[in-house]
Amino acid sequence: MGLLDTLLGRSKPVQPNLDQLFGLPSAALTLEVNGTFRPTGYGSVCYRKAEGVAFSQVESDVEELLEGIDGPEVQVSKDKYGYTWLLCQRAQDDMTSLVNDLHAVNSALQDNLFGPYLLCTLVSFQDDRGRKLALIYLYKQGTFYPFAPLTEPQRDNTLELQIKSQLGNDLRLEKDLSRWFPVWGAPGL
Amino acid sequence: MATKTRFAPDRGLTSRMVLVMFLIGLLAVAFIAALIAFVPTQSLPIVLIIAALILGAQFFFSDKIATFAMGAREVSPEQAPELHAIVDRLCAMANMPKPRVAISDTPVPNAFATGRNPNNAVICVTTGLMRNSNLTKEEVEGVLAHELSHVAHRDVLVITIASFLGILAGMVARMAFWFGLGGDRRNDRDGNAAMAQLVIMLVSIVTYAISFLLVRALSRYRELAADRAGAHLTGNPMALASALQKITGDMAKIPQQDLRAAEPYNAFYFAPALASKESLMALLATHPSTEKRVEQLIKISDQLGSNQISR
Repeated sequence: MGLLDTLLGRSKPVQPNLDQLFGLPSAALTLEVNGTFRPTGYGSVCYRKAEGVAFSQVESDVEELLEGIDGPEVQVSKDKYGYTWLLCQRAQDDMTSLVNDLHAVNSALQDNLFGPYLLCTLVSFQDDRGRKLALIYLYKQGTFYPFAPLTEPQRDNTLELQIKSQLGNDLRLEKDLSRWFPVWGAPGL
Repeated sequence: MATKTRFAPDRGLTSRMVLVMFLIGLLAVAFIAALIAFVPTQSLPIVLIIAALILGAQFFFSDKIATFAMGAREVSPEQAPELHAIVDRLCAMANMPKPRVAISDTPVPNAFATGRNPNNAVICVTTGLMRNSNLTKEEVEGVLAHELSHVAHRDVLVITIASFLGILAGMVARMAFWFGLGGDRRNDRDGNAAMAQLVIMLVSIVTYAISFLLVRALSRYRELAADRAGAHLTGNPMALASALQKITGDMAKIPQQDLRAAEPYNAFYFAPALASKESLMALLATHPSTEKRVEQLIKISDQLGSNQISR
């Protein structure tokens, strides 16, 4: 916020950065080469439902849009914090289509001027031993961070930091660790 | 640049805020000019420095002072996972650094935010807000979004600077009363120094009163601005409105009891005061009336929900 905004006490809702999302396929490749983590084929977009008809209309348009393009299974759910998760499923090796689906959701919201209500997007991975990992994209920062849940409230910080060091070249990673918030029970995880 | 947005700005609020800040600035200039004219030059810098020091300390330690006064303790994500989760998500939506989170052990549902800048901010909620009250999660979130907006708007900084004048004027008045501001009394045959002392005292008192009212007005506008930003952040203005009504106890005014049974308690309500008294209270209040705040939130809700897009 600039000086003028501070003086006038106005903060403009923050617009999302959608571009970095397309780094995901190459990151998935790196994960596969470096270790044993493979995409599960699940990805989800998390947003905040704003009050009123306008948002509901956009929301149903998005669902229709996704069902229109051939392929992704779409599931909508609401979490206990009041955020909506739109879960898409693709074939396990088809990260590019999954990213395109996710991008279709967030750009639809953006085009209808509801971009500020995008919270994050999540793509999940799993290794042979059944360990789970999610790469979470923060729309406002335009950065990713890894989230490796064990049993709530434990998370595998070692793995998260390993992933962070592996993906530095593929994705823009969130440097401020206090922003790596957990998303327990997120759909697709 | 005019871009399309669903978040219509409130130009009226902005211009009222600018007007108040301008008046505070004008008053400050006039008051300091009066000080230069009437106060002996050797004591003027001392007064200014002391006032600046008091204010600087208040500003710099604002987080510690406020949390200490409220008996708040900082909580870790493990201690209060839900509260942290709400704050995490709001901060991610607003793209601001996460403030420290504290809880104050008070049954009254309330919350406050303090700290000199967004990186040193503390957001504090009372146990009453989290547990005892019948607030829903959306309503608690609305309250937190309002407080985070205070942090984003740097309201502690703005109000501290705005109250500088009041503190200065109050100090000058007191010093003029006790010490005569170092006027040389031995040469005071014709009572000029005594006269100057009286003038500066009166000027200070008047300045203090006016600046007090102006700062209160500014504070009310900042509250409205925080309501607006908070409502835009969650996209849920009506949740904030109902939280406001629950917290200010307006909900309690809706009778749930037989009137005959409730009658003996009527004497304890503050509400049946006279209208003129209420408007005087409104002038002195730090917060706008709940009606005014809810009215604004309803307007925001309409704007968000409609398909009309402002430019």
